[in-house]
Amino acid sequence: MNINVHHVTRVEGHGNIVVNAKNGVLEECRLDIVETPRFFEAMLRGRPYTEASHITSRICGICAVGHATASLRASETALGIELSEQAWLLRKLIFFGEMLDSHVLHTYMLVAPDFFGAGSVLPLAATAPEVVLRALRVKKLAGDLCALIGGRHTHPIAMTVGGFTHLPSVDELKAIRARLVDARKDMDDTVALFKTLPWPQFTRETEYVALSKPDEYAFIDGTITTTDGGAYALKDYRQVTNEKCVEHSSAKHTAHKRDAYMVGALARFNVNAKQLHPRAQEAAEALGLKPICTNPYLNSAAQVVEMVHSVEGAITICDTLIARGIAKEQLPKFNGRGGAGVGACEVPRGILFHNYEIGDDGKITGANCIIPTGQNLANIEADMRALVPQILDQGQDKVTLALEMLVRAYDPCISCSVHMLEVKFV
Amino acid sequence: MKPKVAFFDFTSCEGCQLTVVDSLQTHLDLLNAVEIVQFREAISERGEDYAVAFVEGSITRAADEERLKQIRAQAAVLVALGACAHIGGVNAIKNLAPMDDVRKYVYSDKAEWYATYAARPLSAVVKVDAFIPGCPIDREEFIRVVKAVLLGKKPPIPDYPMCVECKLKENVCLFHKGGFCLGPVTRAGCGAICPTYGDGCEGCRGVIPNPNLNSMKGVLDEHGLTADQILARMTMFCAYDPGQLGK
Repeated sequence: MNINVHHVTRVEGHGNIVVNAKNGVLEECRLDIVETPRFFEAMLRGRPYTEASHITSRICGICAVGHATASLRASETALGIELSEQAWLLRKLIFFGEMLDSHVLHTYMLVAPDFFGAGSVLPLAATAPEVVLRALRVKKLAGDLCALIGGRHTHPIAMTVGGFTHLPSVDELKAIRARLVDARKDMDDTVALFKTLPWPQFTRETEYVALSKPDEYAFIDGTITTTDGGAYALKDYRQVTNEKCVEHSSAKHTAHKRDAYMVGALARFNVNAKQLHPRAQEAAEALGLKPICTNPYLNSAAQVVEMVHSVEGAITICDTLIARGIAKEQLPKFNGRGGAGVGACEVPRGILFHNYEIGDDGKITGANCIIPTGQNLANIEADMRALVPQILDQGQDKVTLALEMLVRAYDPCISCSVHMLEVKFV
Repeated sequence: MKPKVAFFDFTSCEGCQLTVVDSLQTHLDLLNAVEIVQFREAISERGEDYAVAFVEGSITRAADEERLKQIRAQAAVLVALGACAHIGGVNAIKNLAPMDDVRKYVYSDKAEWYATYAARPLSAVVKVDAFIPGCPIDREEFIRVVKAVLLGKKPPIPDYPMCVECKLKENVCLFHKGGFCLGPVTRAGCGAICPTYGDGCEGCRGVIPNPNLNSMKGVLDEHGLTADQILARMTMFCAYDPGQLGK
């Protein structure tokens, strides 16, 4: 058997699956990352820190809010800038919007077609219009929520170091809150749909890594926590990631205690399930998800759970903001003292790290970004190596589909992941 | 018969293609007007008989030129989708430093594994018939350009500065608020979205064909700013210069 899927479809970026098996023995099994290298860290050097979040959001069109958030937290930590309570609420609110946006895109438009025997969501517009319209409705809600806070979802404008350059009005928050409440029905229908899907039965133990916080299901900041035991402060992220170059991938691989670890919705669920909103916990139960779940295909189910959590989280924050009102706040001024800082958040695909060093002139002298998809690549390959021998007798087409679905389950964001670097702070 | 359309991408964040997907939220009937035969990010089918190609991203390594030339050979109409394809966009920031230094900074002693050269817009490699500016593209403008292309008309891309739209929005000028903005020389069409959300224009839609440089200089002088500041900001999206192609 010789499988060579050139440019896996319905994923972000360019990756190839390569499998070679002879007489039932697996000889080669790789996920080649052939995306062009992008060099964002090198491009940040010499630029004012105030531009960094707008430049790095261009790493990814799907998780632009996530990159902006990690970038801003890195600069804010480096410069000792504290956020107001209102700014924190708005950061979290736009983050819920992006989580919902990305997860609905992935689960409905990229993953679901495999279960309907379709090559894309387009034929479903004719055969299952209510499903497609629901997906578009939720996606529009998520995009509108992001636009309300940031100006737009892809490459948000108003997010800036220390706060926001534009604020939503209370009336606008009330309007979006009403739509979020209406979306509960769509969330119920989403859970009902995805619990009927025949997820491939495949499990493999691995290490799950996610941010965690004592008081909430962590999306921004926190402690790096792993299911193999161990907790690390953000500044020690390199002890977890241990990046290395591999020749068949323009994105670096990572490993912690084992050969590979997994980040993303399933990892967050496995580490922090108890902190999910009660409605999201009910969704998990309906979907048959229990920590520690070791079936990587169920990453998509964990995303459905997080969609429910994000809708509820966004409603709660809207309530708080509406009750306290929106105040115009002064943005902090640069005090002429640089520094170094790590920013981290749980973007839809897992932990994202940005690490900057900023000079006393306000210009960036060193930068490092570690992307979730890069962290998952070694784990995807380990899954492929475990899965292929189990299904080798099913023939080339089925093995190919199972592997494509496996790669898709991780929701890889390949153009994000190909600018990893060895850090050399000047 | 519906025209066959395909989407491709090179070095980019794929945010413009996502904006295309998002445009279906309000323009689902677009699917009745065209047949999408290839769109790797969203569909598994790979038809090669397309007449219109939308191409996102910059060209950043020699090996990608061939693929773009094949697309050009097939497509009757090739549209550059977004700033990376149109003017090089943020990818061209790396052109400002020696390429060896850039590669070594990111990939260290393994730099030779990863080929790259100076980032360039599609038009540096093939003929481009139309472009949709912006980072990301504007959803409504995308729809307007699709309509024009389907009707065989010239796409309605503005060639006046963004300040015009900003005034129509009744925004207070950022220069008056002590801010800094590339609006006076940047192509309009985005609805002045950045100033509307409190941030200065970063020039992602490119410089207008005949910018009023004297007026720009006047604005700078009036507010105690220098041309160097403007030029530094312009390197966010407009760093590409054909003179860099030897790199």
